[in-house]
Amino acid sequence: MKQGRWRFLTKRVAFYLATSWSAITLNFLIPRLMPGDPSSVIVRQLQRQSGESVSPEAVAAIQKLFGDPRAGLLQQYWDYLVSIARLDFGLSVSRFPTPVGELLAEGLPWTLMLVGATTVVAFVLGTGLGIAAGWKPGGRLDGFLSPLSTFLTAVPYFWVALIALYVFGLVLGWFPLGGGYDPDLYGRPGFVGSVLEYMVMPATTIVFSAFGGWLLGMRNMMITTVSEDYVLLGKAKGLSAGRVMFRYAARNALLPSVTGFAMAIGGVLGGALLTEIVFSYPGIGYLLYDAVSKRDYPLMQGVFLLTTLTVLLANFVADSVYVMIDPRTREAGR
Amino acid sequence: MILDVKGLNVDYITAKGAVRAVNDVSFQLRRGEILGVAGESGCGKSTLIMALIRLLRPPAAITGGQVWLHPREGEPVDIASRTDRELRRLRWRSMAVVLQSAMDALNPVARLSAQFADVLKEHGYKNTEERTAELLEMVGISPDRARSYPHEMSGGMRQRAMIALALACDPELVVMDEPTTAVDVVMQRQILAQILELRERLGFSVVFVTHDLSLLVELADRIAIMYGGRIVELGDAAEIYRAPRHPYTKGLRDSFPPLHAPVTRLNGIPGTPPDLRNLPIGCAFEPRCPRRFADCAERRPELLTVGDALAACHLHDRERTAHA
Repeated sequence: MKQGRWRFLTKRVAFYLATSWSAITLNFLIPRLMPGDPSSVIVRQLQRQSGESVSPEAVAAIQKLFGDPRAGLLQQYWDYLVSIARLDFGLSVSRFPTPVGELLAEGLPWTLMLVGATTVVAFVLGTGLGIAAGWKPGGRLDGFLSPLSTFLTAVPYFWVALIALYVFGLVLGWFPLGGGYDPDLYGRPGFVGSVLEYMVMPATTIVFSAFGGWLLGMRNMMITTVSEDYVLLGKAKGLSAGRVMFRYAARNALLPSVTGFAMAIGGVLGGALLTEIVFSYPGIGYLLYDAVSKRDYPLMQGVFLLTTLTVLLANFVADSVYVMIDPRTREAGR
Repeated sequence: MILDVKGLNVDYITAKGAVRAVNDVSFQLRRGEILGVAGESGCGKSTLIMALIRLLRPPAAITGGQVWLHPREGEPVDIASRTDRELRRLRWRSMAVVLQSAMDALNPVARLSAQFADVLKEHGYKNTEERTAELLEMVGISPDRARSYPHEMSGGMRQRAMIALALACDPELVVMDEPTTAVDVVMQRQILAQILELRERLGFSVVFVTHDLSLLVELADRIAIMYGGRIVELGDAAEIYRAPRHPYTKGLRDSFPPLHAPVTRLNGIPGTPPDLRNLPIGCAFEPRCPRRFADCAERRPELLTVGDALAACHLHDRERTAHA
């Protein structure tokens, strides 16, 4: 059995390495497949925007990422792979000559902290309430939670965020209007407190609009699972209701949610976009927004690559965790 | 006596009104006795035994009658009127269940050992590993299979593991809902032999449900035949098989090949089981009965003594009047 698990894992690792390689290759190829010469187009656009000529270093940085018309494709591909392996994503054009890698490293902790943590909180909260609601479908708790969740899931996130910003930020003035921390406190004793204070509104709005989806998903799986024979047998054994609910029903109903959760974690970087724009939060999403509005192509490519790789990583973790929590998949993976 | 069922009614409560699936059922079960319950699909046999141990799923609910359990120690308990909380202490120690498909009845994500351990611990057993090994050996499973997950075992092994699990806390009453339907004929025979042997050794009582009357004859001491939610015949197993008193029992008997005799002609029962929402005023079997006469459509026959057995059929009215 141990051996089967290892073989399964090696197979998955190989699969994800191959997928990452194709993602990186696509990231390389797509700009080069555009008709004409994308790098000259980008250079010309930048010139038009800024009104001054683009420095030769910037042109070289752009050509490295989007294709130098003078170099062969294979040579370019090799150079690209080598620089990616060195975590060198080129230089940002809008904040020239800051390396893209540095900007990403700056934004990543903010996004992981805010969106990562809130995704976990929303999942735990929604799933927990979903277990309770699905255990007695049509009961008092379910009758209250399910319509509420349906409503919350139907409300668009940006709208919730804007209303919250207007009411609690502008009208009541309880929370700051935007940013990740108070710049005056940077590197000083109250810094952590200010980070937490700035996090309250973006975090609450994310949890508020995300937990309903988890709740409904878990509730529906619970309802299906509760009618299974093994749950009935748990009751027949004289076990306590709590034990039957968690060890027999929820333990099985949770399986699909785990996959969904891993996908959500993978989508954290991409999903951060709206939150970070509304609250001007200094994470990856805001970085992408900034890059798009300033046509900073190298930065955009860096964000895309990072997002793709995070999704793959999260999927890999989900696969591995799933093998541990559902013994039946071990057989299938052999 | 271990079980005394008095006038038990079970209804499925639907939006269009209640449908009675078990209707005024009464019987007694002796200690160490195996009672077989047979009938077609939808006759109420599974509903009946689930009601006996209070495992009915909504919308089914007990709406009348009593189920008196007489445990080894303590006062008799009316299972039908106790709360779920009160019943917990009786579950598995006094009454256990074997369900039709072990594949569905065992928790797919837990090892066999864990599924034995949780119930053993719940009911105060200390050395759960040893007890699990002992139970598995009892049904002919190697104790090292305790580490297996349900999907890693064969169908027959799973079903035997279910029986071992049911016997974990030395119950007095085990209800079995078609426990051999999902396995092949050879395994079926093995399991039946095992149940009989274990009953000899441990002395538990069994209520065994199946649609296969020929199988019950091999196993049961007495047999109850159900039709349209009621018991229509109840008597000694061999006697019921040899000389059925109800035309329905005879039809049921002739629908299955006997386990121990050369196969002759099989005759099914014409027609379909009755619609419980719309039972005839008279005998529920009357529309399909080859021996019906005028009385049958007008009055419902009561379950009354006929010789050594009970039967609900007007054919025996004359006998009774002759005796009286």
